[in-house]
Amino acid sequence: MLKNRIIPCLDVKNGRVVKGINFVDLKDAGDPVEQAKIYSDGGADEICFLDITASNENRDTIYDVVDRTSKKCFVPLTVGGGVRSVEDINKLLNCGADKVSINTAAVQNAKVVEDSSRKFGSQCIVVAIDAKRKDGGWEIFTHGGRNSTGINALEFASRMEKCGAGELLVTSMDKDGTQSGYDIELMQKISSMVNIPVIASGGVGTLEHLVDGIKAGASAVLAASIFHYGTYSVNEAKQYLASKDIPVRI
Amino acid sequence: MNVTIVDYNSGNISSVINSFKEVAKDKVNIEVTSDLNKIKSSDKVVLPGQGSFKSCVDALHKINGLVDTLNLFTINDKKPLLGICVGLQMFADVGYEETETKGLGWISGKVSKIDNQGGKFKLPHIGWNQLNILKDSKILKDIKNNSHMYFVHSYEFVPEDKNVITTTTDYSSDIVCSVERENIFGTQFHPEKSDKIGLKIIENFINL
Repeated sequence: MLKNRIIPCLDVKNGRVVKGINFVDLKDAGDPVEQAKIYSDGGADEICFLDITASNENRDTIYDVVDRTSKKCFVPLTVGGGVRSVEDINKLLNCGADKVSINTAAVQNAKVVEDSSRKFGSQCIVVAIDAKRKDGGWEIFTHGGRNSTGINALEFASRMEKCGAGELLVTSMDKDGTQSGYDIELMQKISSMVNIPVIASGGVGTLEHLVDGIKAGASAVLAASIFHYGTYSVNEAKQYLASKDIPVRI
Repeated sequence: MNVTIVDYNSGNISSVINSFKEVAKDKVNIEVTSDLNKIKSSDKVVLPGQGSFKSCVDALHKINGLVDTLNLFTINDKKPLLGICVGLQMFADVGYEETETKGLGWISGKVSKIDNQGGKFKLPHIGWNQLNILKDSKILKDIKNNSHMYFVHSYEFVPEDKNVITTTTDYSSDIVCSVERENIFGTQFHPEKSDKIGLKIIENFINL
């Protein structure tokens, strides 16, 4: 049986982890490679890096991080943040990323999704959707949630599936950072509408929230803070899901 | 010993290279190349593959003499070859992704879209699923039944001779996960992304 995936996400800025794990045995708490290794050794089904480097000059640091991580972690590695073009995707894949997540570029130019999924295969193209509630629906935002677009999130999700996205990473901006749980209605709507896997993101504060995300139809659940701050380990999360009869890899 | 990973522009092979180098350490020489002479003289060959069946087959044919060299290596010389994902699928006579495309024809059968029962199952089949071991295989040495492997694919290999199937996994139906016929091995899952247990399979292949 296919298992539901748990994906810890690390925010990386200028090659360093922004919110780190406060583990005593870490040599360097800011090193994404070391943290990714801890997650993968702990049973993470995939690792996600979100590059939040502000300036273009420091963009190259992510390539080095991906390169070093992929030599140590033998579970799938997804990298997102600042991906603009097919060439950016190519570079990340060559460094050892297994999947690349595209956000702003996908909204501005759907052809990037079409071209890259044709060139590299749908399996490595993840479209990240940042959605915010508006007038009884959801609107998508770009540039890390700063710019509104007027585009309906559900229509956009459907369009991205047609363009060749292999997965959708759906983040609720209303919920992100609140630790009050995923936007369940949003996850339900998108998962039932598309036929590709949905990764739920934004708002996890407890292990029960992970259960809710899977029950809403997501194939995978992504979380940052609960793992960063050591509130729960990936293994604890898995044990909890298993205790609620949700199939996970243990 | 030389193990060659065939680099034929079949998409992203960094993870395959990293995992083989991790397992090989300094004991085995891992070469990544499309050089026909190097392939011919190597002891084992790995045929990765990502993207569509058609794009991978086209990419193989784009390199002059590569298909002949691979045929010679596996069919005449009977040296060990491991196909991963689309690399395995290309063993078939024919594939139906994008358009009908002729495969290498090493193991009779076809590659068709996974029947997701009218949308009941999501495609691609992405994530960790369990191996149901049907028979012994040299590359599955010390691998326990129900071990989890990482999959990402929408098409499946359906061989005519069911005896070549060594493992299946349960998704919308029983999907072929690995095959073995004499010196030819293939995995639909990605051993290079399947954590320690995946590395064990790579080690088994290297140690054949």
